[in-house]
Amino acid sequence: MTEITLATKPPETFRAAVWAQFRKHKGAVFGLIVLGLLIIFSMLGPLVWAPEKLTVVEALKSKNLGASLAHPMGTDHLGRDTMQRMMAAGKVSLAVGFVAMTIAIFLGTLVGVLAGYFRRLDGPLMRLTDMFLALPLIPLLLVMVMLFRDKIARYLGPEMGAFVLIVFAIGVTSWMHAARIVRGEVLALKEREYVLASRSIGATPRRVILRHILPNVVSPVMVAATLGVAEAIITESVLSFLGLGFPPDFPTWGRLLFEGLEYMQLYPERVIFPGLAISLTVLSVNYIGDGLRDALDPRIRGR
Amino acid sequence: MLTFTLRRLLLAIPTLLLISLVIFLLVDLAPGSPASEIPLTVPPEVRMKILEALGVNEPLHIRYLLWLKQFFWVEPLNGFDAIFGTSYAEGMQRIISYQSRSPVFPLIGERLPQTLTVIGTAYLLGVLIALPIGIYSAYKQYSLFDQFGTMFAMIGFSVPTFFTGTLFILIFAVGLGWFPTKYDTTLVVTDWESFLKQLRQMAMPVMVLGLANAAAISRYMRSSMLENMSQDYVRTARAKGLDERTVVLKHVLRNSLIPVVTVIALGIPSIFGGAIITENLFGVNGIGSALIQAIRGNDLPMVQTLAFIFAILIVVFNLIADLLYGMLDPRIRYD
Repeated sequence: MTEITLATKPPETFRAAVWAQFRKHKGAVFGLIVLGLLIIFSMLGPLVWAPEKLTVVEALKSKNLGASLAHPMGTDHLGRDTMQRMMAAGKVSLAVGFVAMTIAIFLGTLVGVLAGYFRRLDGPLMRLTDMFLALPLIPLLLVMVMLFRDKIARYLGPEMGAFVLIVFAIGVTSWMHAARIVRGEVLALKEREYVLASRSIGATPRRVILRHILPNVVSPVMVAATLGVAEAIITESVLSFLGLGFPPDFPTWGRLLFEGLEYMQLYPERVIFPGLAISLTVLSVNYIGDGLRDALDPRIRGR
Repeated sequence: MLTFTLRRLLLAIPTLLLISLVIFLLVDLAPGSPASEIPLTVPPEVRMKILEALGVNEPLHIRYLLWLKQFFWVEPLNGFDAIFGTSYAEGMQRIISYQSRSPVFPLIGERLPQTLTVIGTAYLLGVLIALPIGIYSAYKQYSLFDQFGTMFAMIGFSVPTFFTGTLFILIFAVGLGWFPTKYDTTLVVTDWESFLKQLRQMAMPVMVLGLANAAAISRYMRSSMLENMSQDYVRTARAKGLDERTVVLKHVLRNSLIPVVTVIALGIPSIFGGAIITENLFGVNGIGSALIQAIRGNDLPMVQTLAFIFAILIVVFNLIADLLYGMLDPRIRYD
C-alpha cells in the first residue's frame, strides 16, 4: 500500500496539468511570448512613446524620414511618427480580433447549445449554419461595409461607426465553426448520466445547460476562440487592405499596409512593419491554439 | 449512390435560393440606393422616370423574382444564343451594369478566363507541392524534415496572402527584377516569346496563392497519413512482407487521400476569395478585381451578380466534395 502511494505522483489540479502540457509545446510558448509582447507594445507603448504634436511646418520638414533615435521606425508622408501609428493601429487591430471573436463565440455557443439540446431546433438551426457556411464571406463583408459605412458613421461617428460595423460584420459571419463544434459536444454530453440525474430531479433545461453542459464545452470553445481571433484579425486586415476598412486617421495594421503600398518601392519598411505585425500576431495565436488543443485533450495530456 | 446524389442535389437548391435572397436583400435594402444618387435638383417626374428605367420602382418581391428570372433564365438563354447564333432571348430584359450600361454577364465572361487560369495553376501547384511534403512529413514523423515542414506549413497558413504578395513584389520584382510588378492584361499569347512573358507575369500571383494553399493542404495530408499509419491493416501489410514503398504509397496513401480529396474540393471556393486580394495587388483583370471596381462604383447589379456567382461556386464545390466523399468512402453513402 505504501509503495503505491510512493509511486504515484501527488495529485495535480486540472489547471496545473493543462499548463504543464501547454509548456511542452515550444510553438505555443513562443506564441504566448510574442503575443504578449505585441499586446504590451500596443497597449502600454503609447504611455511611454508619445512624440509631441507637430506644427504644419515641422511636419513638412520631418516627412519621409528614415529610422533614427527620434523616430525609431521613421515617419510617413505626412511627417507622423510611424512607431506611434503602429502602436495605435495595433490597439485597434487586436481589439477588432478579440471583440469579433467574442461575438462569434457567443453566437456559435448559443446556436450550438440550442441545436444540440433541443431536438426540434436541431434541423432548422443546422440548415441555417450550412447556409452561412456557403455564403461568399469576403464579397459579402465588402458589400456590407460599402453599403452601411456612411449610414452608421452618421450615428456613431466615423471611427466608432467603422469599428462597430466591422466587428459586428465579422462576428456575425464567423460563428459557424464554433456552433458545429459545440453542437457535437452537447449531443454527446446530453446522454451522460449526470445530465439524466439532473433532469430526473426536475431541473429546468436552463439550469441543466448553464450548470452541467456549458462548463463541459469550455475546452473546445476555447480552442475555437483562439483560432477565431486569428481569423478575425486577418479578415479585418483584408478589408482594410482593399481600402474598405477603417478611416485613415483611425489606422489598423491592415490600413497602414494599404497606405504603405503606394510608397512600397521607396520605403519598403512601411509595408514590412505592419505586415510583420499582422503575420506575427496570427502565427502566435495559431500556435497558442495548437498548444491549447493538445493541452486540453486528455488523450494527449500526461503522456 | 444515385439516391445519395439526388438527395444532395435537392438540398442544394433551397440553400442557393436562400443565399440569393440574402444577397438580394442585403444589397437592395441598404442605404446606398440608386434613388439617393440622383441630385435633388432633378424634378420629381423625371426622377420617377429614371427610377423606372433602372427598374427599381417595383415592389420588393417582384424585383427579386425578376432578378432570379434574369439570372437563371434570361442570361443562360442569351448565352445559348451567343453560342449557336439563335435568337430565343430577343427582347428580354437583361441584368444591366450601372457603370458600363451594358449587360453584366458578357463583362463577367470576359474576365473569368484570367481568374480561372491564375487560380487553376495556383491550386494545381499548391496540391502538387503539398501532397509529397505531407506524405513524407508523416512517414518520417519528428524528423528534421517534418519539423521544418510543419513550421513552414504553419507560417504559410498564418501569413496573409496580401503580405506574402507584397513581400514577393519587394523581393522578386523591385529587388531582383525577375518578374514584372503588374500584370499586363493586353498581352496575347501568340508565340513562344509572348508565352514566356505570360508565364513570367503569372509567376508571382500563382506562387502567392499556391503557397498559401499548399500550407493548408499539407497539414491535412500529414495528419491524415499519421492517423492511418498506426492502423492495424498497415501492420498486416508489413507483416505480409510487402516493401515499404507499396505499404506507404498503396495502402496508406489511398486511404489517407479520402479526406484530403474533399478538403481540396472544399478549398476551391476560398481560393476565389484569395483571388480578390491577389488580383487587386498584381492588377490581374479577373472577377475579383471586377468585384472591387463594382463596389467602389456603387454598381449594385454587378455586385449582386458577382456575389451570387461566388455563392454558386461555393455550393457547387461543396456538392462535389460531398459526392466525392460518398464515392470514395462507402460508409458515408449509407448514413
